Amino acid sequence: MKYEGTVIKYGDNVDTDVIIPARYLNTIDKKELASHCMEDLDTTFVSRVKVGDIMVAGQNFGCGSSREHAPIAIKESGISIVIAKSFARIFYRNSINIGLGIVECPEAAEDIKEGDIVEADMDNGIIYNKTTGKQYKTAPFPDFVQKIIENGGLIQSIADGVIK
Amino acid sequence: MGMTMTQKILAAHAGLDSVESGQLILVNLDLVLGNDITSPVAIREFNKLGKENVFDKEKVTMVMDHFAPNKDIKAAEQCKMCRDFCGEKSVTNFFDVGEMGIEHALLPEKGLVVAGDAVIGADSHTCTYGALGAFSTGVGSTDMACGMAIGKAWFKVPTAIKFNLTGKLNKYVSGKDVILHIIGMIGVDGALYKSMEFTGEGLKNLSMSDRLCIANMAIEAGAKNGIFEVDDITLDYIEKHSTRKPVVFKADDDAEYEQVIDIDLSQVKSTVAFPHLPENARTFDKIDEVKIDQVVIGSCTNGRLEDLIAAAEIMKGKKVAKNVRTIIIPATQKIYLEAMEMGLLKIFIESGAVVSTPTCGPCLGGHMGILAKGERAVATTNRNFVGRMGHPESEVYLASPEVAAASAIAGKLADPAVVMA
Repeated sequence: MKYEGTVIKYGDNVDTDVIIPARYLNTIDKKELASHCMEDLDTTFVSRVKVGDIMVAGQNFGCGSSREHAPIAIKESGISIVIAKSFARIFYRNSINIGLGIVECPEAAEDIKEGDIVEADMDNGIIYNKTTGKQYKTAPFPDFVQKIIENGGLIQSIADGVIK
Repeated sequence: MGMTMTQKILAAHAGLDSVESGQLILVNLDLVLGNDITSPVAIREFNKLGKENVFDKEKVTMVMDHFAPNKDIKAAEQCKMCRDFCGEKSVTNFFDVGEMGIEHALLPEKGLVVAGDAVIGADSHTCTYGALGAFSTGVGSTDMACGMAIGKAWFKVPTAIKFNLTGKLNKYVSGKDVILHIIGMIGVDGALYKSMEFTGEGLKNLSMSDRLCIANMAIEAGAKNGIFEVDDITLDYIEKHSTRKPVVFKADDDAEYEQVIDIDLSQVKSTVAFPHLPENARTFDKIDEVKIDQVVIGSCTNGRLEDLIAAAEIMKGKKVAKNVRTIIIPATQKIYLEAMEMGLLKIFIESGAVVSTPTCGPCLGGHMGILAKGERAVATTNRNFVGRMGHPESEVYLASPEVAAASAIAGKLADPAVVMA
């Protein structure tokens, strides 16, 4: 998988309450969730995000509540992949399970700036910042996780009998 | 290489003699939990699998606690979706208004989790049941859906931090202060992907209520799970609440821990986590005057009977400060009833507080006590993120029931020992 997009950048400890505030959790409609994505942290996100954009953040991205509505809202808003220094564990597995691209790369997350054009080549574990010309290496997913992603998420993996 | 408590439970549930940290395994589950927020998404995903039934009707549970009693039409539709699903699939442990309580207070009370279990819940505070010596962790709705379908979940075997507890807590200091102290020390990602294992001679001085509160907030340090070594206090609790037989897993003597942290309980002071992260822990010697508008005593963290007893002791015969809305939320119907029979509700009402039916309510900014712009609350809940209890410019100060009750009386953040002096 290869992704290319413009970067929208946030800091450390972006929690799932700001990604999608609980007051909107009375729906499971993906579009409605996306329409409030990042609202309590950045009221401009929804109006400026474009399909394919890349979200870059600091440490412990997605901490807090287990609400899968958070990665769903990010994915539905058009974000192709989230690059962070580290992820909270429930958010991390939720993203894998629903097929939102996600990659841990502290160096890239530190250097990359808002508005940079970035390319993420997940097959080879390479993040390339087209704006600065700088390249970063990331660790590939473990085979088991790669299998889930290649199958389009956990539900499809079970439906296809990949996981029994 | 020896194994931690968590690793032993995981190995046993994966049908393996041993596991190592970093290993990816498929784990057989004893219980799969969801609530009225997360279950609807799980049901949508479950229905894509084309399975007629859940893997085990007794081992799936749904608790309508977040936006229930239904706060609006959309919330009502979500609860109805869960109700219909559980009815259709004959899920035994469906808890609706009248029977329900806040999930993590309810399940131990109903005896649905015992020591040695492996549990997933589509709610981050599912880690609470580690207090019972179970492996228990929060997941998302897709994991819940797959858990309901095949009774399994994938995990990466975690490493662990050992907390060696000694001594005894002082008066007006409780489990909440211990966990806020720990999170203040290691940070909100201090235990990221790891287990927090609690052991040591100080365990005998911690009630189940304290342990459930401490395990509950393991997620606020980023942990996969928090777990307590099983002792007589645990076994006594399980015997009183469950018909199931506990299985006790002890860590091996040569189990590998990334870190060992000693906590002398007698040195822990009343602690408050300032906005907007649970790691912003401060003790009263470092707190200036913080005026407040609201107090919430309740939640899966601190809505248990012992919490209400502690708050009532401080509020008895006193009035809450003018303009401090004080909301008390017993976590389950049983707790509500016991609090009534003990006269605690009378104490609260006479002091000027209101008592609500069980619900997560204001903890996550759902209903029953939402904050306006610029308002401040002292809450016994578990998160103080931006906008958690209402307006993005409101503030939540996390504290024990003792501190919350003292603050309600004082109208500002207050040390219970000072209020009671």
